[in-house]
Amino acid sequence: MTNGLIDFVLVSVALLAIGIYGLAVKRNAIRMLFGVEMIINSANLNLVAFARFIPNSQGQTLALFSIAIAAAEVAVGLALIIVAYRMYKNIDIEDFRSLKG
Amino acid sequence: MVDAVFLALSVLTIGSAIVALEIRSLIYGSIALMITLSGIAGFFLLLDAPFVAMFQLSVYVGSIAVLILFTVMLVRRELIFNKIEDKRRRYAGIGLMLVLMLGIGMIIIGSGMKSMETNSSSVDYKKIGEDFLTYYSPALIVMALVLAASVVGALTLARREDMTNDQRTD
Repeated sequence: MTNGLIDFVLVSVALLAIGIYGLAVKRNAIRMLFGVEMIINSANLNLVAFARFIPNSQGQTLALFSIAIAAAEVAVGLALIIVAYRMYKNIDIEDFRSLKG
Repeated sequence: MVDAVFLALSVLTIGSAIVALEIRSLIYGSIALMITLSGIAGFFLLLDAPFVAMFQLSVYVGSIAVLILFTVMLVRRELIFNKIEDKRRRYAGIGLMLVLMLGIGMIIIGSGMKSMETNSSSVDYKKIGEDFLTYYSPALIVMALVLAASVVGALTLARREDMTNDQRTD
């Protein structure tokens, strides 16, 4: 393999940083979900990369588990966004403030 | 050294991740997110994990991205193109992103990971199936239950209780 482990890890770090940026700055709920997806994907990339270089099959197994759980998380997250949109007629998270008292 | 395929994939993945967060329209944003997820699948192929790559393609690009696209279409039109954000917060976020990238990147470049290369052959994907059915089989069952529970929960959340079947006009 011509690509070293460090190249994959650096791409993963870049994707993690972009995801954290999106999660910190954006106020649109769907865009924040995009950020979460990017963070999960960078973690998966790390798992598979380390599993390739150790080498070990359990990293790939764990990545598969992680992908499946992420699918469940996105389904629940989107349902929550739809419910909130129905209640507030908006997807701006600054508007979701009825718990503030 | 990296090869051209790796470079092209990383530019595609990182670039479309930035586009997904920054482009005005949420629909184009979710399509850019789709490209990011396919780029990650490409990395999995480069890492000799074809099974995980196909799983990524079918679960992420096939279902999650389509789910997000449909949710975006349910939202009012002007909200899709609306982009509200604080200028100060945005600069702080960009600063945080750069600090994270440079900080963790420097730590990783400085660590001993640089010399880590492998000549061993890749893991056979039959081994993954063996893992799933032997050591990880309880976890597999729990995962299936979690998935079923979350899908049922999502359906229950998104159901409209103020509307009965004969009130529906569609």
